Amino acid sequence: MYRITRRKALNDDVTLMEIEAPRVAAKARPGQFIIFRIDEEGERIPLTIAGTDPEKGTVTIVFQKVGYTTRKLDTLRENDCLSDFVGPLGEPSRTEGIRHAAVIGGGLGVAIAWPQAKALHDAGIETELIVGFRNEGLIILRDELADACGRLTVMTDDGSNGRRGFVTDALRERLEAGADFDTVIAIGPLPMMKAVCELTRPYGIRTIVSMNPVMIDGTGMCGGCRLTVGGETKFACVDGPDFDGHLVDFDEAIARGRMFRPQEREAMEKKHICNLTGEVR
Amino acid sequence: MPNMRADKNPMPMQDPEERIRNFGEVTLGYGNEAAIDEAQRCLHCKNAPCMEGCPVNVPIPEFIERVKAGDADGAYAIIRTQNTLPAVCGRVCPQETQCESRCVRGIKGESVAIGRLERWAADHASEKAGVSAPAVRNGKRAAVVGSGPASLTCAGELAAAGWDVTVYEALHTPGGVLMYGIPEFRLPKELVRKEIGKVEALGVKIETNTVVGRTVDVDELLEDADAVFLGSGAGLPNFQRIPGESLCGVYSANEFLTRINLMKAYTFPRYDTPIRTDGHAVIIGGGNVAMDAARCARRMGAEVTVVYRRSMQEMPARREEIEHAAEEGVEFRLLTNPTEIIGDENGFVKAIRCIRMELGEPDERGRRRPVPVPGSEEDIPAGTVIVAIGNSPNPLLRKTTADLPADERGRIIADENGRTAKKNVYAGGDAVTGAATVILAMGAGKRAAKAIMEDHP
Repeated sequence: MYRITRRKALNDDVTLMEIEAPRVAAKARPGQFIIFRIDEEGERIPLTIAGTDPEKGTVTIVFQKVGYTTRKLDTLRENDCLSDFVGPLGEPSRTEGIRHAAVIGGGLGVAIAWPQAKALHDAGIETELIVGFRNEGLIILRDELADACGRLTVMTDDGSNGRRGFVTDALRERLEAGADFDTVIAIGPLPMMKAVCELTRPYGIRTIVSMNPVMIDGTGMCGGCRLTVGGETKFACVDGPDFDGHLVDFDEAIARGRMFRPQEREAMEKKHICNLTGEVR
Repeated sequence: MPNMRADKNPMPMQDPEERIRNFGEVTLGYGNEAAIDEAQRCLHCKNAPCMEGCPVNVPIPEFIERVKAGDADGAYAIIRTQNTLPAVCGRVCPQETQCESRCVRGIKGESVAIGRLERWAADHASEKAGVSAPAVRNGKRAAVVGSGPASLTCAGELAAAGWDVTVYEALHTPGGVLMYGIPEFRLPKELVRKEIGKVEALGVKIETNTVVGRTVDVDELLEDADAVFLGSGAGLPNFQRIPGESLCGVYSANEFLTRINLMKAYTFPRYDTPIRTDGHAVIIGGGNVAMDAARCARRMGAEVTVVYRRSMQEMPARREEIEHAAEEGVEFRLLTNPTEIIGDENGFVKAIRCIRMELGEPDERGRRRPVPVPGSEEDIPAGTVIVAIGNSPNPLLRKTTADLPADERGRIIADENGRTAKKNVYAGGDAVTGAATVILAMGAGKRAAKAIMEDHP
C-alpha cells in the first residue's frame, strides 16, 4: 500500500498528491512516469512524475479529473492509501546539449512542464516557460512557475488574465522576435503538442514532446501505447514517453485516444461518485 | 489387475452453448470415482517411460499409486517433490506430447490420463498438503526476477533448500503469464493464487510493483544477493508490420488477454478496466495464445474468426484448444494471411484484407512455407482485430544490465543449466528460449536452481 502524505487542490479540476514510494522516489528522473491502481477493482493509469523528495521518500503526482478513475482518486484524502504504485517507468528526458530552451505547457501539462523547466533553469540553462490555461481561474503553480525560468509567459484562451491566446501564439511571437531556442519541450494535450510541432518545424528547432497514451503494464508488454514515430511503431512506455515531436504521427495518436471513450462514459454513468461524500455507488 | 479398458475416462465439461456465456472453467475435472478408475489403468512400468517425457521428472507411477488409493494429499505431495505448480500443470501442460506420449497404454488405445490425474490430486488435496516447513536457512540469498512459472519454480527449489529468496514482479499480482495470459476458463486464478501461496509458505518473499531494470537494477540486486535468476519471460508482443495495426480496435493478444484476465475487464463496469469487442473479431495466429484470445472474444459476445497462414496440420496450438474453440463456434480461415487492416473515417477497424496462401517448400523447421496466391485478396469485415503472432523477450533487462549477452532476437544467452556469461546471474524460461510452454519454463527454473546451488555450496 502506498500512502498519500499530502493532497492539495490546485484548482477545481487539478489536484496534487504526494505518495509515499521510497524506491520510486530514489530512482525517478525528470520525464519518467508511474502507474497507479487505486484498489482491487481499479484500472492501471499512467501519470508523469511531477517531482520527488528522495529524503521523504515521496513522489509528486498531479492529475486532472477527466475520467472515472481520476475522479475517484480525487476523493482520496491524506493518509488514505493506493493499492499499487509502480515506477519509475520510461526513459528519462534527455537534456544534454541544451543551451536555450523553451518549455511549453498546456493545462495539466503545466504540472510536468514546471519541473522540467526548473531542472534546466537550475542547471544554468537559459530557460523560457510558456504556459496556457482556459481561463485565469485554472492557472496552477503560479509562484513556482516564476521561479523555474528566466522568462515566464502565461496565456489564457479567453484572455481573462490579460494575455489572450494559445501557447502557440506566444511561442510564435518569440520566434518571430528572433529568440534562438535550440530546443522546445512541449507537454500538454495532443492537439497543443501537435500545433507546437507544426510551428517549430519550419524553424528546424528540435522539439520534444511527452506522450501519455492509454497503457496497462507500462513495461512493454501490452503494446496498447504504441504510436508511429518516423514511420516506425514505438511503445511510449519503453521507447518514450519523450519523442521527437516532428516525427510523431499525432493524428493517429489522437484517434487512438478515442478508443475507450464510450466505455469511459459508461463507467461514469453506471458508477456514480457522490460529490458530497466521495462515495462510489 | 490393472483396468485394461482402452479409452481414458472422459473429462466432464461445460456444454459449449453454456460456457460461451461465462468465464468459468471449461473442463470440470474428474470426480473421485473416475480418478481412481483411471489410475487403475496405469501399468506401473518399471522403467516408467512417462517420466522421460516430463521436463520436471514428476514420479508419475508413484503418484498414480496414491490416486488409486484415493489419497489426494499423498499424490499431491509426491508430485510436489518435483513440480512446484501441480494444479497449473495438470491443466495447461501439453501432456499429449510429453508424459502421455510415452505411455505404454497409448500403443493400443489411449494413454493413461496423467494430466487429469495430476489435476485431480491438486484439486482434491487439502490446504496443507505438500507444504513442508521451510528448511533451515543456510544464509544464502537469491533474487528472482519475474514471478511466472520459471521464476516460481526456481524460487521454490531454492527456498526448500534453505535459501533466502525474494521474487520481484513488475505487475501488481504475482504469477506472470499464469495471471495475465491464460484465461480463467482454462486456469482459474484462485488456483494459481493457492499454488503461489504454497511457494510463499516455503519462505519465499514476493515484492510486486517492482520493475527490475527501473525500480531496481540487476547490478543492485547482486550487491545483496549471492545469485540472481532472470525469469522475465517473453512479454513483448510482435506485430506483423502491416498497414492499419494502430487503428482503434486492434489489440495485441497480450493487451486483450491482460485486460480480460489480469484486469477482469469482462466484469466491466464492476472492475474499472474497459475492453471492447465490436462486431466480428478476427484473431491473427494459430498458437495457444490465439486460441485463448479467440475464446475470450467469443465469451465477450463476438463472432470470431481465426486467420492462420498455414493449414490446420501446422497449427502450433494444442489439439484440445483448437477443438474447444471450434465447439464454441470459432471459425477458422486457414491458409489465409492478412495484408492490411482497413479503418473507417474515425480511425476504427472496419475490415481486414487477407490473401490466400498455398504451402510451398518446407522451412528450416520442416513446416511447409506458406506462399501468397497472387490476386486472391479478400476483405473480411471486422470490428476487432487481435494480433497473436508471438512475443519476444522484453528488452528492459538487457538494456539496463551491463555484460548480459543476448542473441539477435533479444533472448538472453544462457547454457542448459541457466548460467549466463555474467557472474552469479542465471536465466531461464521464455526469456532465454523465446515463447514456449509453462512446463519447459519450469524445467529451466529447476535446472537453474540446481546450478545456483552447485555454484554456491
